[in-house]
Amino acid sequence: MRNSYLRALQELAEENRNVLACVADNGAIVYDKFREKLPRQFINFGIAEANMVSAAAGLAANGKIPFLYTIIPFLTMRAYEQIRNDVCIQKMNVKLVGIGAGVVYANLGPTHHALEDIAIMRILPGMTIFSPASPQEAYLATKAAAAHDGPVYLRLGTNKEPELFDAAHCFEIGKGVFVRDGGDITLAATGSILGDVLKAAEILSLKGISACVVNLPSIKPLDVEILSSSLRRTGAMLVVEEHSIAGGLGSSILEGLAAAGALTGAIGLMGFNDTFCQGYAEHGALKAMNGLGVKDIAERAETLLARKQR
Amino acid sequence: MSLTDITLTLRRRMLDVLVKTKGGHIGGSLSAAEIYTALYFGGVLRYRPEEPDWSERDRFVLSKGHASLGLFCTLAAAGFFSETELDSYTLPGSRLGGHPKRDEVPGVEASTGALGHGFPFAGGIALAGQLDERDYRVYCLLGDGECQEGSVWEAAMFAAQQRLGNLVAIVDYNKLQAMDQLTKIVDLAPFAEKWRSFGWDVQEVDGHDLGALINILNIPRQGREKPLCVLAHTVKGKGISYMENQPLWHVRVPNDEERKIAEAELAAAGEVQ
Repeated sequence: MRNSYLRALQELAEENRNVLACVADNGAIVYDKFREKLPRQFINFGIAEANMVSAAAGLAANGKIPFLYTIIPFLTMRAYEQIRNDVCIQKMNVKLVGIGAGVVYANLGPTHHALEDIAIMRILPGMTIFSPASPQEAYLATKAAAAHDGPVYLRLGTNKEPELFDAAHCFEIGKGVFVRDGGDITLAATGSILGDVLKAAEILSLKGISACVVNLPSIKPLDVEILSSSLRRTGAMLVVEEHSIAGGLGSSILEGLAAAGALTGAIGLMGFNDTFCQGYAEHGALKAMNGLGVKDIAERAETLLARKQR
Repeated sequence: MSLTDITLTLRRRMLDVLVKTKGGHIGGSLSAAEIYTALYFGGVLRYRPEEPDWSERDRFVLSKGHASLGLFCTLAAAGFFSETELDSYTLPGSRLGGHPKRDEVPGVEASTGALGHGFPFAGGIALAGQLDERDYRVYCLLGDGECQEGSVWEAAMFAAQQRLGNLVAIVDYNKLQAMDQLTKIVDLAPFAEKWRSFGWDVQEVDGHDLGALINILNIPRQGREKPLCVLAHTVKGKGISYMENQPLWHVRVPNDEERKIAEAELAAAGEVQ
């Protein structure tokens, strides 16, 4: 996702000199091409995220479109009050680009994981949140973030995600999309864990269970319509996220369904349940160690299905 | 009206609005009266009250947002909105709140209130001006207690690194914060040396000396490489004897008797001139 973000950002910056690439001293060489080509549109704020966010708001107040890029906790948690006061209260056109969604920085440990960011970003009035699942989607989400006038939080993984979509894939603010059809249960996901959910759907199909999969790259605004219609149709929905269950995508879906009067059927939420990520391993193994492996998702879907049928 | 008269009028208006509306931080508004006068009436700031978003204006950011009482009295006197609107300060239906809000109040560049935000924001405005090769200047008024916030020093380092010669930080150095003297809480000394060591030019000035303030604040529009910090030595609660240097008057509304004393003192100050 990182490289496709950078590609989109460079294209945007070449088209519009007000687009600025701002970093807090991370990504040693990945910005080299950008820096070489557009040195006046690259700003390294040093390891000082609070200043970066406030200053970006000041830049935006004078016509600039700053894209702030750093590791998610440093951006969204260290500088939270700056995001709230200087960006959101003032409705500034600042793009917050967090890298390292969920536990993708697996063996770097919990200081570098991001399991609370969706919760704290989505409660900010006026904040738009995109959480792409693949490099192609990250590219499209970056372009959509630029096209949207106002604060955007773009939640990126790292640079190892496989491509899940073909070249015709579209991204639209506020829209979810079916990436697999099925009638027994709805699996809903956001971010790179969508790949695991698709694998889990394969396992389920071998057992004769037909699962549809909804991808939700736009967390706020959320496509409640696609979810409520799919829930109505399948009678069961499992939400899978690489995030805390409290406050994340699942919570957001429950709020949306409740507000629409569409809460029905069997609903399950899967993610980190009031715990930080435990242990060290590479990304896939670490998810499995924490109960978020492909097998775990398939098993949980089966349990939920049993509940629906009772 | 002389600049001294304008300053005195501002102080009277601050007291008047405070008494009428029972809202506002008076101590740190009174201490900055000469700073406001120098900026808005001493020929320092370039601005058009009838066109508050004029792109060539100099920008003023009140980082110590709790002193909005002083800012609003100044903006009204400068013609950004009517004097009568001041009487609605912090009351239902008013756009004039206890802390200033951008986009709601003409002349307000930044929504501030939480300390340590306005100054980095001002740095961003200065950087935008530099990137666009514009000649506007950015002035930011900070509290001295506010300089205990780490973000102030993040912004100070960054401004020096970016050579933001169009940026002026003015510190209302009244030596008091909400609960006590700074020296008894977390001292800033050696204050000037701190700013210098962060790469800034520093000027120390009597913050109640209008002529000196105007001289120092009127930096050239071009050719400066270092940002400037003006340490304005002031008296918190200046002009009202029982408020001066008293932490109690950081935020408090005078009772009837106190109001009469304050009005008499400000009236007498006018006669002395």
